[in-house]
Amino acid sequence: MQDLLQNLILGFSVALTLQNLMYCFLGVFLGTLIGVLPGIGPLATIAMLLPLTMFLPPVSAIIMLAGIYYGSDYGGSTTAILVNLPGEGSSVVTLLDGHPMAQQGRAGPALAIAAIGSFFAGCISTVLIALIGPPLALVALSFGSPEYFSLMLMALVCASVVGSGSLLKSLAMVTAGLLIGIVGTDVSSGMSRFTFGVVELSDGVGIAVVAMGVFGLTEIINNLGGAHMIQTILRGKIEGLMPRWEDLKTSFGPILRGTSIGAVYGPLPGLGGTISSFTSYMVEKRLAKDPSRFGKGAIEGVAGPESANNACAQTTFVPMLTLGIPGSASMALMLGAMIMHGITPGPQVMTSRPDLFWGLIASMWIGNGMLLLLNLPLIGIWVKLLQVPYRLLFPIIMTMMGIGIYSLSNSGTDVLLMALFGSVGYILVKLGCSFPPLILAMVLGPLMEENLRRSMFLSDGDPTVFITRPISGGFMLATVVLLVLFIVPAFRKKRKEVIAEEGS
Amino acid sequence: MQLRIKNPQDLWCGLFFIALGALAIYASHSYPMGSAFEMGPGYFPTWLGAIMIGFGLIIGGLSFKVQGETNHGLRLGDWAFRPWIVLTTTLAVYALLMDAGIGFVPSLMVLIIGCALAHKDVRWRETILLSVLVTAAAVAIFSFGLGLPYRLFWWSD
Repeated sequence: MQDLLQNLILGFSVALTLQNLMYCFLGVFLGTLIGVLPGIGPLATIAMLLPLTMFLPPVSAIIMLAGIYYGSDYGGSTTAILVNLPGEGSSVVTLLDGHPMAQQGRAGPALAIAAIGSFFAGCISTVLIALIGPPLALVALSFGSPEYFSLMLMALVCASVVGSGSLLKSLAMVTAGLLIGIVGTDVSSGMSRFTFGVVELSDGVGIAVVAMGVFGLTEIINNLGGAHMIQTILRGKIEGLMPRWEDLKTSFGPILRGTSIGAVYGPLPGLGGTISSFTSYMVEKRLAKDPSRFGKGAIEGVAGPESANNACAQTTFVPMLTLGIPGSASMALMLGAMIMHGITPGPQVMTSRPDLFWGLIASMWIGNGMLLLLNLPLIGIWVKLLQVPYRLLFPIIMTMMGIGIYSLSNSGTDVLLMALFGSVGYILVKLGCSFPPLILAMVLGPLMEENLRRSMFLSDGDPTVFITRPISGGFMLATVVLLVLFIVPAFRKKRKEVIAEEGS
Repeated sequence: MQLRIKNPQDLWCGLFFIALGALAIYASHSYPMGSAFEMGPGYFPTWLGAIMIGFGLIIGGLSFKVQGETNHGLRLGDWAFRPWIVLTTTLAVYALLMDAGIGFVPSLMVLIIGCALAHKDVRWRETILLSVLVTAAAVAIFSFGLGLPYRLFWWSD
């Protein structure tokens, strides 16, 4: 307890410096600003703003990126509520009841309750990270290569199972991501692999390049050609921002339950925000006295999933910070940023860079507060932003991506690569594939190969090492159970319902 | 029994992954394989290629058995050729202009105007105005604010 207090004090002393406060604010603000834009999800936002943070000292950069991350997440919910357009994954659930609320002229309370729920969830889960982080890092220090390999495999399978679309295609995308991760110089032999004679590729393909290609460019191509061209429709006016007292009273339970659900799902690698918001929605619907209100503007249907989503968004930092293994594509981007800043992710971060770890945690708490203060008064601006026609928006977005990518290495190669990934990405979209598993796999690829190599070396080439070591065996078992559960028809049917409902 | 393609999207998807897997194996054939005990640089990518071909075969194979739920829009008319080609080309031109040192300002103008052409409804006056405003904002933020070291025009340094 004493330690925790001391650590938190250290954290706040880092996060509360004028400089870091400013970057935290900037991150939250820009994240929300871009996240609000229709058709741009958190992943695209992070990828797009990632280059901006390269100019900052590491701690400020990570604080700003974290701000961008939860800012964009919140921005996505705003768009979902106002125009019935989910940016990505988790906000799909928010719009089920959020948009009907907006149509009834209650967009204000919907947005307010989303902000309040997120803030509450953010506060609780920040404390949670502070509590479970250090012991988990201790456990992680005892992990050997086989454990790391199995854990990463589990994360990838999880990400494929919970993602939207076909499991097989997701697993194939994981494989593709691992292959992209191989591009560059092999650490142990020094050999250049998959560089096809391009010198710039010897450092590998940057994660920002791929992410901007598939989440930025591909998205834009798809939006421009889409059958349902993005049109910003905002029905009804926003009147009365503040929720009524009874709104708060009905929302209290859902917020509390949503927070717990999100906090449980968050640290599990591969299980993302969508599944936690969806679980929360189902729970609220089941607990409600009158479930028929759901889908027609029940405030619980906004409060619960939004809290779950934010709690999950915060606690996904746990595996990334303590094990150095990102549990989601967004965390993969964060990890990529840390590596670009010369920080080696892993359990040692907490001891070697306590300022970073605790500063980040403290900044998340501050950032969530800022989000609350920022969003409620600024809703008017977000609404205005949503009325800008896509015709004008997408060239601006493309410009930001163009500048950002070019500035990463001051060379046109990255821009060309992004164009390549973006256009191949478009084919993959048409073939029904989704990208988050690819991004996650791309970051994990080199780590997986290294750990596989080491495990096999230590075990004299005996692959049973992954099953016979208890922790590693546990991860493997969990992975198999998950796959079996998925293939069992009953579960499959349920998942179909989930996706069907998401799509509606 | 006659084989009928029930889900063209999955068939193409399977073929895509088979081709990609084959490419991976082909590209790694010159890297030493090593053994499971001492893996060479070719070991991991070759296996990944094989696994990918496996997934491709299953995905493609199932397309003969499992009915696709809807028409997934693989018809020629459903592809957004215009934005696809225009945006990609514009990015490539922008990259080349920047590398050639033609300057930040003209490169950005080309980028913005080029991108705007990807939209069905091009409004020239609006597009030019947009390119001027966005370029000005970008120069203010990136060149003056963040100090990106790109020269603004080909004559400046």
